[in-house]
Amino acid sequence: MIKSFKKHLGTAGTVGPTVIWLAVFLMIPLIYVIGISFLTKNAYGGVDFTVTLSNYGSLFQSEYAKVFLDSLLLSLKTTVICLLAGYPFAYIIANAPRKWKPMLVLLLMLPFWTNSLIRTYGWNTLLRTEGIINHFLQRIGLIGQPLEMLYTDGAVLLGMVYALLPFTVLPIYTSIEKLDGSLLEAAGDLGAGRVHVFTRVILPLTMPGIFAGSIQTFIPSLGFFFISDMMGGAKTMYIGNLIKNQFLSARNWPLGAVLSIVLIIITLVLMRLYTKVGSLEDMA
Amino acid sequence: MEQTRDKVIIRLKDVDKSFDGERVVKRLDLGVEEGEFLTMLGPSGCGKTTTLRMIAGFEYPDSGQIFLEGADVESRKPNERDVNTVFQNYALFPHMNVFDNIAFGLVEKKVKKDEIRRRVEEMIKLVRLDGLEKRMPSQMSGGQKQRVAIARALVNRPKVLLLDEPLGALDLKLRKQMQVELKHLQKQLGITFIYVTHDQEEALTMSDRIAVMNRGNLEQVGTPEEIYNHPKTKFVADFIGESNIIEGYIEEMTQEAIEVTMESGKARIEETGYRLEEMVYLCVRPENLKLSLEPVEGFRFRGQVREHIFVGSINKTMVELPNGQMLKAETPAEDELVPVGTVVNVYWNPGKAVVMRTAEEQIYNVIERSVKIEGMTNDQIF
Repeated sequence: MIKSFKKHLGTAGTVGPTVIWLAVFLMIPLIYVIGISFLTKNAYGGVDFTVTLSNYGSLFQSEYAKVFLDSLLLSLKTTVICLLAGYPFAYIIANAPRKWKPMLVLLLMLPFWTNSLIRTYGWNTLLRTEGIINHFLQRIGLIGQPLEMLYTDGAVLLGMVYALLPFTVLPIYTSIEKLDGSLLEAAGDLGAGRVHVFTRVILPLTMPGIFAGSIQTFIPSLGFFFISDMMGGAKTMYIGNLIKNQFLSARNWPLGAVLSIVLIIITLVLMRLYTKVGSLEDMA
Repeated sequence: MEQTRDKVIIRLKDVDKSFDGERVVKRLDLGVEEGEFLTMLGPSGCGKTTTLRMIAGFEYPDSGQIFLEGADVESRKPNERDVNTVFQNYALFPHMNVFDNIAFGLVEKKVKKDEIRRRVEEMIKLVRLDGLEKRMPSQMSGGQKQRVAIARALVNRPKVLLLDEPLGALDLKLRKQMQVELKHLQKQLGITFIYVTHDQEEALTMSDRIAVMNRGNLEQVGTPEEIYNHPKTKFVADFIGESNIIEGYIEEMTQEAIEVTMESGKARIEETGYRLEEMVYLCVRPENLKLSLEPVEGFRFRGQVREHIFVGSINKTMVELPNGQMLKAETPAEDELVPVGTVVNVYWNPGKAVVMRTAEEQIYNVIERSVKIEGMTNDQIF
């Protein structure tokens, strides 16, 4: 009796703080959001306590479907570009001389010590019509009229890739780093040239890293709103912007809540996929 | 058979290799004959693995040449050399099952699918892994992985198979079993094996010839019998089996014998080819060292029995010489023991002691030889 009480006390002592933390900062807000999604919007920005399902119904309006589709597409593009740029990047760092590695990883992480808003503003000064790049190109006579670079979908994509690249690089770097050098030697020994060593050994063995990097890029990219706000001039609407607008400007909290829930569900599905692949890797 | 034996399949000529300024292989000259089982034996850091890696093409010599079937392989990458390696840690591809691991090299060679299947299955039978084709490396024991690694290399029918301490990770019993299997496999296939190990017993059991290395130098190359019974250097005598090594100098010499004076006595040895007053080491294996209560002709060499150690089939007797050096003698367990404390005459039967020049004498000989080579500097000698 006492023993089992002690045992429970021990459990409560160790797991307790985590449970409280999760309850206060995750469960309660989440329940709050779910609750709001079933209520009716109030003309002044709050909610009326009239239960309804109509908020979910508005999901099926085509303009919202388009926003989701655009967002998924943008995230997909971001992820693919991050992978294409990040893999060689990770490969170079992982194969750099030992003494350089910590420095290179530090350089990769360095921008993160600066506020991301400030960094995004930095891009603005570069890309603006009267910005540094246009100025330079005009000076050397390559272009007559300044290029329209900022406030385009391309600029948003660039901003996303810039912000998320380290999230792609790090897991890939880790998986390349973990790669047993003797496997590469063995492949060479068995007759594989450089291309085949890569396609038959390196690539399949770093697949978990590629997958982790993709998920870690794709999920946050779905929710980013400030980049499309600042670099896309809010021309194309993405989920992040839509949710933000519902809460802040359109003052339709229930709809904002519904959209948030959909985003959370998408994220959860992806996370599930991620952990599943993770456990597959452990088995191998 | 004897004719093919004469063919040298790999020759290392004056091969030198340094890492970070440290010379790990020093002017190595070695020829490996077709179909032989050659073991490179030495303590860790002696340069044996580096030598093997240079033959495989993972490392390149700083100077010197490596010939495979008479052709210089300097410009060839590992995938362009007709040798295959069995790695110390197996290096199996973790994302491939047994079949795909073994088939890797054949796929690279673009062998036809049904031929790959036939050859891989044949190899799986040969290394007795039947039924495990679909297993992943993570689901296998060390011994099984080792077999896969061997099969993966052999299926390519290499001219030479390089094995880098392949049994190091296995437990003693499995290791002994695999030693026999490997030796049979090599005989059966007739492929040249170059085997790297630091285990002298393994080397003696398996090899046709042993190349003993120490600090980047090749100390001696010979059959296990030669290496064991006629070590050429103190290092070889010390490293392979147990030895009593006694320092002395040549005081007298006749046409057919030398008389070696040691700190603790004298012995007459039927050997020639030495100089008067030359410093030498005498090496006597414990099983050849005899003790007698009566004086023995040709010997003036006495010690005191200090200890008997019973180790199953034999007794080890420790004899202390007047200068404090301990000698080891082995006698069959059923022989009567001399009581501890007795002063005995130490001797050995003719031909059972090996006379070796001391390191200083050897260096002297090297210098004598190399000053004849024009333009040679001192640090090329050492």
